[in-house]
Amino acid sequence: MLILRLLFLNIWRNKGRSVLTFLGLVIAVLAFGLLSTVVQAWYSGAESASQARLITRSSISLIFPLPLSHGERIRQVDGVESMTVSRWFGGVYKDTRNFFPQFAVDPPSYFEIYPEYMLSDEVRNKFYRDRRSAVVGRRLAQQYGFAPGDIITLKGQIFPGNWEFLIAGIYEGKEEQTDTGKMYFHWAYLNEEVKRRKISRDADSVGVFITSIADPGRAAEVSMAIDELFSNSAKETLTETEQAFQLGFVAMTEAIVVAIRAVSYVVILIIMAVMANTMAMTARERTSEYATLKALGFSPKFVAGLVAGESMLMALLGGVVGVALTYPVAAAFHEATGTLFRSFFVSFDTSIMQLLAALATGVVAAIFPMIKVYRIRIVEGLRAI
Amino acid sequence: MIHITGLRKVYRRGEQDVLVLDGLSLHVNRGDFVALMGPSGSGKSTLLNLIAGIDRPTSGLIQVDGADITQLNDAQLAQWRAKHVGFIFQFYNLIPVLTAYENVELPLQLTDLPASERRAKAEAALAAVGLADRMTHTPNELSGGQQQRVAIARALITNPSLIVADEPTGDLDRQSASDILAMLNRLNREMGKTIIMVTHDPKAAEAARAVIHLEKGQLGSIVETHA
Repeated sequence: MLILRLLFLNIWRNKGRSVLTFLGLVIAVLAFGLLSTVVQAWYSGAESASQARLITRSSISLIFPLPLSHGERIRQVDGVESMTVSRWFGGVYKDTRNFFPQFAVDPPSYFEIYPEYMLSDEVRNKFYRDRRSAVVGRRLAQQYGFAPGDIITLKGQIFPGNWEFLIAGIYEGKEEQTDTGKMYFHWAYLNEEVKRRKISRDADSVGVFITSIADPGRAAEVSMAIDELFSNSAKETLTETEQAFQLGFVAMTEAIVVAIRAVSYVVILIIMAVMANTMAMTARERTSEYATLKALGFSPKFVAGLVAGESMLMALLGGVVGVALTYPVAAAFHEATGTLFRSFFVSFDTSIMQLLAALATGVVAAIFPMIKVYRIRIVEGLRAI
Repeated sequence: MIHITGLRKVYRRGEQDVLVLDGLSLHVNRGDFVALMGPSGSGKSTLLNLIAGIDRPTSGLIQVDGADITQLNDAQLAQWRAKHVGFIFQFYNLIPVLTAYENVELPLQLTDLPASERRAKAEAALAAVGLADRMTHTPNELSGGQQQRVAIARALITNPSLIVADEPTGDLDRQSASDILAMLNRLNREMGKTIIMVTHDPKAAEAARAVIHLEKGQLGSIVETHA
């Protein structure tokens, strides 16, 4: 107990330095956790994507639409259970800064394939009945204050003009990490308006076909079968699992993810250097005390252990506080970034990584002071001021 | 008790070898109180450090209670010091964040004694040096004399047979120095502790039973005092 008390008391001997080091450690652990969560959030779309859903898009590029007529042929492919369509709308709400994803879908078939987006019966009836209506996710509604009955206007970027939608209701996520930052409206309404407004975009076309398959193990086989249907046609397709499709998006921003990951490790390296400096100064200042302990009969290992213990204790305290702070800070960050991330949750693995990073900092910071203290010759140490 | 034969100590300072002790031989009986005196560089502190086992000789033999401490490795020497030697330093060398009681109890962390027994011993040691009412005070809340008394209590706590004191009164006013010397005298006479004390102060040396003068690393004279 006395030795443990000595460790605790030693940590706070130089209060100013200890508080600054502690704060540095907390901020580093917090930053590490936050950046790791950003990286995870980046991949969360792909991770939560289903292997039992296939996405069929134009083989040239996602921006080229496919004819709606492809759908009936896709539906006939062996292994396909059901099929729906989706088209990216890309509208702006009031200001270009107000970005959120909007999709034109066929609601009954879409929400059957995506049971994780939950609609109450009342909302479902309203939405399905009214072609000009839309549903928004809970988080999106909270961010912009959308409420059922509101009429919102989006300025089309791909489909020019102003587009009015009646908010039929709010959809909820089945799980905490389900993306509730999107808006869905009727593809039929978009198609009608495209024709009526004579927009020079392909009418009767969709962005992607989404199919659910009975056996995820046959995903590759079914994908090939779908693409073969349209090979050598003017509108060739590329079919892949939803997960591969999402990963394709992530791959486009891979450099950013790598940079964020690198920064998170650099932050830990910096705090390692700072803490190593603190521990080195501490050991130097206490040379005489360590020599005294050795003179009293404490072994070099024990005295070096005191340095290690102090460093580890500081690292552990900083790590625990840093981990604890990550949760509210991540929540605030998620709030501030709006719908940028479909889900933004600090995972248990991230917390463990944060604690391990803190403890690694404690170990690295203690190595050189430990060696120095271990080697202190008592006679020289006692002379130290 | 202490038998020293042909003790040599050479320090390397830069490119030069400095001979500090030059074939010194000495015998100190159990229960003696010896003051080591001599000019700076005469080797008195080096001799004290070697006897206490916190430094190693270049050559020679140091036997304490029949054990040749020059043959012990670092770990064995640390154990030997913990059991047989009590240290009193000029600047007390207390751990500043610990209370007087905790400083005294510290060496007992190396023993298997239960907490209750450690507590009883530490309290008794502090009471013996007249600081029973200062147990919860940290060193900076104590005067120099009181700090040195805590250091004496710490030196006594493991009941060592040998106490080494390096200028124990060097940082104290005359009254406090006198109190400390009286205390050392009592330890020697009433508890039978063998004490080796380095001092520059002839008045402090008078507290010892014998004064050994060192000159240039060799034994000068041995003078019996009337203490």
